[in-house]
Formats: sequence, structure tokens, C-alpha cells
Amino acid sequence: MSGVRKAFGSNVVLDGVDFTVNRGECVVLIGASGSGKSTLLRCANLLETVDDGVITFEGEDITDPRVNGDEVRSRMGLVFQSYNLFPHLTVLGNVTLALRKVHGVAAAEAEQRGLAMLDRVGLAEKARARPDDLSGGQQQRVAIARALVTNPRLMLLDEVTSALDPELVGEVLDLLSDLKSEGVTMVLNTHEMGFARDVADTVCFLHDGVIHESGTPAQVIGDPQQERTRAFLSRIRA
Amino acid sequence: MRPAVTDWQPSAIQLERESYRRRQAARSTAIAAASTALVLGVVGVLVVSSPGWERVHETYFDWDKAVDSFPAVLAGLWMNVKIMVVSAIAIVVVSLTIAVMRTTRGPIAFPLRLLGTVYVDVFRGLPLLLVIFLLGFGGPALDLSGLPRSALFWGCASLVLSYSAYVAEVFRAGIESVHQSQRLAGRALGLTYAQTLRHVVLPQAWRRVLPALMNDLVSLQKDSGLIAVLGTVIDAIRAAQIETAKDFNYTPYVVAGFLFICLTVPMARLTDWYARKQGFAGAGSLM
Ligand SMILES: Nc1ncnc2c1ncn2[C@@H]1O[C@H](COP(=O)(O)OP(=O)(O)OP(=O)(O)O)[C@@H](O)[C@H]1O
Ligand SMILES: [Mg+2]
Repeated sequence: MSGVRKAFGSNVVLDGVDFTVNRGECVVLIGASGSGKSTLLRCANLLETVDDGVITFEGEDITDPRVNGDEVRSRMGLVFQSYNLFPHLTVLGNVTLALRKVHGVAAAEAEQRGLAMLDRVGLAEKARARPDDLSGGQQQRVAIARALVTNPRLMLLDEVTSALDPELVGEVLDLLSDLKSEGVTMVLNTHEMGFARDVADTVCFLHDGVIHESGTPAQVIGDPQQERTRAFLSRIRA
Repeated sequence: MRPAVTDWQPSAIQLERESYRRRQAARSTAIAAASTALVLGVVGVLVVSSPGWERVHETYFDWDKAVDSFPAVLAGLWMNVKIMVVSAIAIVVVSLTIAVMRTTRGPIAFPLRLLGTVYVDVFRGLPLLLVIFLLGFGGPALDLSGLPRSALFWGCASLVLSYSAYVAEVFRAGIESVHQSQRLAGRALGLTYAQTLRHVVLPQAWRRVLPALMNDLVSLQKDSGLIAVLGTVIDAIRAAQIETAKDFNYTPYVVAGFLFICLTVPMARLTDWYARKQGFAGAGSLM
């Protein structure tokens, strides 16, 4: 991703963002509320059209308007900050929709894979429930299962632990560590530095529309070089 | 998970609360029954004691005439039901198409939006009776190849065109009420615009507008009677008209009215039930 720029009207949210995610790597984006973390993930997923810059995914410039965005999105998984589960479908229906409609998997096999995925996030017994009848943490895990079930090449996760109690944070963290060891490439946003420290290969601090500082968790969180980063981290710890 | 408590016994205070609620419910029912009987009684006495009651009774409530005309009017009502069912299906198809046209974004879809808007503006503005007159008599005269010339066809077409304008607006409101984040979630999974519409947006929109649609269906049941003005379609109203013309006793109209009510009441209760099930507490409930 290089030189990515995105503005909403006169509000310039991203002003030349550069970073690279290698295969199998986990990049954690940190930054103040409103700094554009969610916007960055939506741009990477082509849900927002960038105003400038280039995003390359698996060797292809996906910001090229000739690229089929639906096809690109089918190779990525995005978990929304607000889950955005489909209330008219069951939990299993949510998880299998993309398998059936995008990837052309037969209903029986989709169901099987969906159930296996739900089992993995510990929600097999909720397969027939409606999303509205689940707790926030359960909905969060369904959202992760829905994005994961198609085996995406890149997972984009927006604040996946913000609604969870510490115990569940641990569970999700384990899940993400598992994914990492399986070689799933991930970009995730978080406000939780402990979480960032545990799973990240690279931490990027987003501020004023650019990546202010990036490096290993030990560097960025443990020993920040930039004044801004230090200020942000001390506010978060306070 | 906590194990279910199996040996729960309601406490004394809970038992007292429940018996109080039961007493209150019994009281409400008694008051409702008494007041209903009183109101009906007063209205009945007023009507029957009015000076013109004798004549009204003869011309509108003649039992023998009612029995005589009943089969013809009932056969006519069957025609209304058929008109209603066929029209309702066509209305759903046409109005969904219009609603999707009107909610499609982007410059390519501009002509679609324009067409949809003009259609809705025109047919919402025209009185239904006028459309029936214009199309019912003008349509067959056009003599379009491939289209039937029967008054029945053009009468139904009028209903469909008029109602679709209203129902399209209901659908459009439903589509727009589905939050943008739902579309984003669909697209993020790799669904195309059309797939997202089909599998994510429309099912949710449909659920939300169903009570309003069922209300329109009740209305369509009655308005199917307007086709009677074309004269050649023998529906319940036209049948009653024919029966009445024999001896200028208006009882068949009352029979037709009674039958229409019998037709719409179950529909209306079904609508109420569905709306309540959807969580619109108190929506149109009787009690
Ligand atoms: N669709 C939109 N239209 C207009 N402005 C938007 C839109 N989406 C985001 N913004 C603006 O972009 C800025 C960044 O938003 P974004 O959601 O990316 O922040 P964030 O870093 O994810 O914050 P948080 O940590 O609270 O989730 C905000 O000022 C927001 O108001
Ligand atoms: Mg955000």
C-alpha cells in the first residue's frame, strides 16, 4: 500500500499512507479514535474508492478501476467493528452465505464447513439462533467465523476485541494466534496494546493521515521514537 | 452455563401478584362486554325507532330478496377474489421492479430512476376510478396485437398500474430502511451488487414492509369491485346491480357489502397478528 489518500469532503482522513504486509504476517494498526483505522481497512477491501495511491494485493494493483472489486473482495475477509451480521439469517446462514453464493459451494458442504467453523469459535450450539439473540461477544465471533470460512488470503479485522470481556479476548487472541500459525495474513485495528504486543509482527501508528511510526511491538510500544506516539501511548495507558 | 433451576416454587408475593393480575383481567373483560352491549343496544333502538325504518327495512333488508340474490352475488365475489389474487401477484412484481429501479445509485441508472419516478408520480396522482375508465374503455379500443381486448384484462391492468405506484413506494421505504452497513457487509463477503440486493437487502426490507403490504391487500380486495363500472365484468357489485334492477329492491347491495366484509376481516386480523408478531405492540389489536 503506498501513498493512499482518502478524504470525505474536506475531511482528509488518509493523507499518503504507506505500508506493506508480507504473506503470513500480522500487522496491527493503532491510533486515536477517528484517526482513520477503519477507513484504511475499508479502502484495502475496496469498499471505499481511494482518492490517490496504489494498493497491491497478491501482485495485482487492485486500485485499478478495471479490476473486478467483487472478485478481489471474495479473496479477503473483513470483520466489521460493528459486526454487521445479517439479522434475517440464522448464525449458520450468515456464515455460509458467501460460500454458497460467491464460491459456489453446494448447500450440504457449505453447511458442514460452516458448522466446523462455528465449532472452532465455540458457537456450534448457536448455529440455528438469530444474531439478535446472541451476546455481543458471541456476535463478534460469528462475524469472525463468517469472514474466515471462505479461507481468505488476507483477513482485515476492525477492533475485534472491543466488545469482549477479558476471558473472551483471550479466546479470540488464541484464535488469531492459531490463524497466524496457519499462515493467514492479517491486518487488524485495536486499542488494546497488550493484544497488539502479543499478536503483532509489525505495529503501525496512524496519526494525521499517515503512518507516523512503525516497527516491531517492542520498538513501537516498548520504546517509541516519535513524540506523537509517546503521547498517544501514555494517554492510552493512563 | 448455569444449570437450570428445577425446584423453583413461586414465592407468596409472586402468587399474590398473579392473582391480582387475574382479577384485573376479569374486570377488564366484564367492562368491555357491558359497554359493548350498551352501545350496540342504544344504536339499535335509535335505528329501529326512526320514522323511516319501515321503508328502509323493506328496500335494504328484505330477507327473501337476500336469499334469492345470494348465489349470484357470491358467484360475483368469486370473480373479485380471482381479480384480487392475479392483480396482487402482478403488483408485487411490478412494484418491486420500480422500487429497485428507484433505489439504484450511479449515473448509468439515471434513466431507470427517472422512469420509476415519473411512473410513480403519474399513477399516484390519478384516481383509480379514472384509470379504470380510461384503460377499461380505451385499452380494448387500442387493439394492441398480443394483448387481450377484454374489459377484465384492462380492468386488472388498471388496478395493477395504480396499486404498483403505491406499493413501490412502500418497498422503496423498506429498501432504504436497511442500514448501509448491511450492504457493506454483503459486498465485503464478495457478493455482487445484485446478490447483495437479493440475499441481504430485499429479505430484510420485505419483512419490514409486510404489515403495510397486507393493509394494501385488504384495500385491493375492496377496490377490485370498482371494475364493476365497466359493466361487462360480473363481480359481486355488478351482480348485485343486476339483481337490484329486477325489482328496485336494494338488498343485494347489502348482501354484497356483507360478503366483502367477510372477505376482508380475516385478512385484516391476519395483518394485525403479523404486525404484533413483528413486535409492533398494540398495533391494531382489538383488546
Ligand atoms: N462514510 C463516511 N463519510 C464521511 N466521513 C466519514 C465516513 N467514514 C468515516 N468518516 C470520517 O473519517 C474519520 C475516520 O474514521 P474511522 O472510522 O476510520 O476512524 P477510526 O480510526 O476507525 O476510529 P475508531 O477507533 O473510533 O474506530 C472520522 O473523522 C469520520 O468522521
Ligand atoms: Mg474504527
